Amino acid sequence: MTISTAKSAFWKGMRDSAPFILVAGPFGLLFGVLATEAGLNVAEAFSFSLAVFAGAAQFTALQLMQEYTPTLIVLVSALAVNLRVAMYSASLTPYLGDAPLWQRACAAYMTVDQSYALSIIEFERRADWGTRERMAYFFGTNGLVAPFWMAATVTGSLIGAQVPDSLGLDFVLPLAFLAMIGPMLRTRAHVVACFTACAVSLPATLMPFNLGLIVAGLAGMIAGAQAELWFARRSPELEDQE
Amino acid sequence: MNGTETEMAFDTMTLWIVIVGLAIGSFALRFAFIGLVGNRAMPDWLMRHLRYTAVAIIPALVAPLVIWPAPTDGAPSLIHFTAAALTFAVATMTKNVLFAMATGAGSLWGLTYLLG
Repeated sequence: MTISTAKSAFWKGMRDSAPFILVAGPFGLLFGVLATEAGLNVAEAFSFSLAVFAGAAQFTALQLMQEYTPTLIVLVSALAVNLRVAMYSASLTPYLGDAPLWQRACAAYMTVDQSYALSIIEFERRADWGTRERMAYFFGTNGLVAPFWMAATVTGSLIGAQVPDSLGLDFVLPLAFLAMIGPMLRTRAHVVACFTACAVSLPATLMPFNLGLIVAGLAGMIAGAQAELWFARRSPELEDQE
Repeated sequence: MNGTETEMAFDTMTLWIVIVGLAIGSFALRFAFIGLVGNRAMPDWLMRHLRYTAVAIIPALVAPLVIWPAPTDGAPSLIHFTAAALTFAVATMTKNVLFAMATGAGSLWGLTYLLG
């Protein structure tokens, strides 16, 4: 519980997160480039990454705004993509819930896929850590990745204007989303949710205001939840949810 | 403040409403439990649905963009469908986002060069 163990926990978090720079860098760069293509200037792109700090939600909002989607639907869809962080928040609470409010508020801002995934594994392993060490580790996991994400957005946004249209960048975003989905399909229920949402989304494009996205998303979530129950009933010992 | 040289589908006001709205909304989602709820357990049915939000919404967003790609103004295209299928296959099999992205971009530009 001393300062030095908290400090070493912070550095450990930073070291453990280093490989994630390889993901945050290119995707931040891509967000900057695509934001420029969509008409955002450098300050706007940077503010976007700084204020929202959620890759998938940022890409979703950018795509939908370019499709003349009503603002409310843009917000609902992008936040829906980010709903999983509420789950992370719930699962971190037993480990960080005792920290002072301002620390919990900072931790909340920094709750992203990589900080959650690294921390929850480490917290389960290190029974000797108190809230202080855990909080230090959690901040450490963002010590490199968060600045990298912001810097990459600015860099991408600066070079974005130089990228020629012939590169077909308007199809790179769908490809980026497909690349992000792959690792998320951890169980059969995830796969069911994914393909149900795809199947519903095609006819649902006939709905106005991109409402079809919400309908298809809900259909996928319900299908995933039902599939999870169904698989669990069939083979409880093979329960493979996260 | 907005890029006057590019034709924008939205104005600066809309952009800032989205940025501020998403900033507040994302923070609220992240703060909801760690900051406010404390250690109380969430109902199972809610957690069960939350688990599938991202894997449902993102595919629902992508599927129409793959079937009716923007670069061809919505005409179904073998090049774009193949690049998308390869990206998804590599992402699912390797679970490696960067490798999948490289495959996707490589096949998109390769196929465009060969067939386009």
